[in-house]
Amino acid sequence: MKAMNFFKSILVLAFAFLAVFGEATLSAPRAWLGAQVDLLPVLMVYAALNTGLPTVAALAILGGVWFDTLSANPLGLSILPLFLVGWLVHFRRDLILRDLTFAQLVLGTAASGVVPLLAVLLMLSGGKELLLGWGSLWQWLVMTAVGGAATPFVFRLVDWFNRRLGYAERVETSFRPDREIHRGRL
Amino acid sequence: MFKNINYLALGAVLLVVVVLLSLPTRATARLKLAAGSWFLPLFGLSSAAHQLPVDLADNLLPRRELLREIYELRHANDQFKSQALQTEAIRRENDQLRALFGWERQRPWRLQLANVIMRDPANWWRTVRIDRGSLQGLTNNLPVLSADGSLIGRIASVGRYDAQVVLIGDRNCRVSALVENSARDMGVVTASDPLDTSLVELAYLASNASLKPSQAVVTSGLGGVFPKGIPIGRIADFQPVEYGLYTEARIKLDADLGSLEQVWVLFP
Repeated sequence: MKAMNFFKSILVLAFAFLAVFGEATLSAPRAWLGAQVDLLPVLMVYAALNTGLPTVAALAILGGVWFDTLSANPLGLSILPLFLVGWLVHFRRDLILRDLTFAQLVLGTAASGVVPLLAVLLMLSGGKELLLGWGSLWQWLVMTAVGGAATPFVFRLVDWFNRRLGYAERVETSFRPDREIHRGRL
Repeated sequence: MFKNINYLALGAVLLVVVVLLSLPTRATARLKLAAGSWFLPLFGLSSAAHQLPVDLADNLLPRRELLREIYELRHANDQFKSQALQTEAIRRENDQLRALFGWERQRPWRLQLANVIMRDPANWWRTVRIDRGSLQGLTNNLPVLSADGSLIGRIASVGRYDAQVVLIGDRNCRVSALVENSARDMGVVTASDPLDTSLVELAYLASNASLKPSQAVVTSGLGGVFPKGIPIGRIADFQPVEYGLYTEARIKLDADLGSLEQVWVLFP
C-alpha cells in the first residue's frame, strides 16, 4: 500500500515538473487568450484529495521552486500560496465528493484563482514592482476559468497514468470461502 | 487527528520558505540557475522537436526553389559587399575627423546571436531566457536586440549556459529614450499594458514636447546601460498628464516581443 502511494506522489511531482516546463515553453495560451495558464494549483487540489500531507508539502516546495526558478519571482514565494490551498483542501477532504466532476471543477477554479492572487499580494507587500494593470484582471479570469475547466481532465489523466503504470487496485469480491454453505447429499 | 508526519510536513514547508526568502540576492540567483539547469535537457528536446519540421521542409524543397534562393542570396551578398566597402570608407573618414578634433574613437559593437528557449511562466513579469551564458562571455545589463536590430531588453541574470533577459515594458527595464524630432525630446520608457506587448509608455517628456505620431524613438545613451541610437519604436499617440506638467506618449515597438525566437546580445 505504501509503495502504491509513493508512486502516486512521484507521478504528481512529475506532472508538476512537466506543467512548469510547458508553461515556460508553450506560448499558444498567451497568444490566444492573453495569459499563461498555471496548472500547479490544479495538481495541488489533486494531491490534497488523493495523497497525504507530505506529498502536498513536497509538491508545494518543488513545484513552487521550479516555477520561481523559471520566472522572475523571488525564489520560494510560490510555495506558500500553493501549500495554503493544499492544506485547506486536505483537511476538508472527507467532506468533499472528490470523484464528482462538479466538485473537481469548483475546487480547481477556486485554487487557480486564489494561488496567483496570493502570490501577487505577497510580492506587492514585499515591495516588488509587477506588471499590473486592467489587463491583469482579464489574465486572472483566464487563469481561473481555464484552470478550473482543466481540473477534471487533469484528475482523469493522473488517475489513468496511475492505473497504467502503478500497482493495480486489489478488488475484493463478495465471495468468501469461509462462509460457503456446503450441502450434503440429499 | 494531527499526526507527527503532518507536523513535519508543515515545519518543512515553513523552514524552506523562511530560508529561501531570507537568502541574499546572489545566493538566490545561483540557486535559481542551479534549479533551472534541471530543465535544460527538456529545452534541448523541445528545440530539437521544433527544428525537426523545419529540417523536413528543407529536405522536401524542390531543386528549382533552392537554385532561385541561391541566386537571390548571391545578389544580396554582392549588394552588401559594396555597402560594406562604402561603410568602411566612411568609418575611416570618421576616425580621421575624430583624430583631428581629439575625440575618443568609437568602438564597433560586437554582437552574439542567441536562441530564446523559454518565456516567463508568470503573467506579471516580462522576461525570456536565452541559451547563452557566462561561458560565452555574457554579463549582467548587456543590451539585447531583436533579430532586425531593435531594442528588446537587457540581461538581468546570467548562468553558465543560459541567461535571463528582462524585456522592455517590464517595470524592471527602464530605458532613457530620445524622440528623433527637431527638439530631440527625451523621456523614459516604462511599463506597458500586461495584455499588449506591442505598446510601451514613454513618460517624463516635457510638457511642450513637439511630438507627432510615427516619429522614431531611439535610446538616448544616458544611464550607461544602452548605447545611443538603438531603435526602439515609433510614437503611436500622446497626451498631457499630471495637469499638463509633462507629456506621456505610447510607443509602438519595432520588435514583436510575443514571437521572439533569436536575439542579438550586444557587447558595447
